Amino acid sequence: MSDITITERQAGDITILDLQGKVTIGEGSVALRTTIRRLLGEGKNKILLNLGGVGYIDSSGIGELVSSFTAVKKEGGMLKLLNLTQKIQDLLAITKLLTVFDTYDDEAAALSSYN
Amino acid sequence: MSKIRHIELPSQIESVEKAAMSADEFARNQGFGDEVIFAVDLAIRESVANAVKHGNQFDEQKPVQVTLSDTENGFEVEVRDFGPGFAVSDIPDPTDPENILKTNGRGILFMRSFMDEVEWIHPDDGGLLVKMLKRR
Repeated sequence: MSDITITERQAGDITILDLQGKVTIGEGSVALRTTIRRLLGEGKNKILLNLGGVGYIDSSGIGELVSSFTAVKKEGGMLKLLNLTQKIQDLLAITKLLTVFDTYDDEAAALSSYN
Repeated sequence: MSKIRHIELPSQIESVEKAAMSADEFARNQGFGDEVIFAVDLAIRESVANAVKHGNQFDEQKPVQVTLSDTENGFEVEVRDFGPGFAVSDIPDPTDPENILKTNGRGILFMRSFMDEVEWIHPDDGGLLVKMLKRR
């Protein structure tokens, strides 16, 4: 069984991915990478990752967030983060990635930021 | 109840979860608090992942040895691999602007950030031994 469940929603031209579970080395990271690459293949390059249901992330998962961010940016899109848990926020602060990612606590605010 | 636990794991990604679960159970049995448990969980995942990937390079003939100890200093963790080893000083700073968008290289930063002491030892018979301490 996979460590992560990724549910896809659409809000206009923005794709929201609700992540539940762990984004860790192995399946969790691979599942995220596969989903992002598929969306980019479908021309969907405005992506909002809802991490509210992510109970755990390791350095491999953080690396996958970075990889997703750069892949989306390369396609002229934007990848933003929603609902960071305190632990994820701490890890992004330690790695100074809070300066790289646009992060939001409120979905409506996150969606309107794409315009 | 034993204050030391030794585990030997194969060099595969699944060993990361097994090591973390064992450390979690050991820590709870020994009465460590949530802060220690979180730090050790994160550090052991990163160090075992490094041992499997960069140390033993997925060679299943080479084990990853983990020792968990409840000592007067706190929770001590040792992770040993049998690979070629590496110099920690060669790992670039992942927070440096030129490295910040790299996809890897943050595990050691996490280990250092969440544990109170982290030491890398090159045993005479090869491989790499990571010794870490989280105080109570």
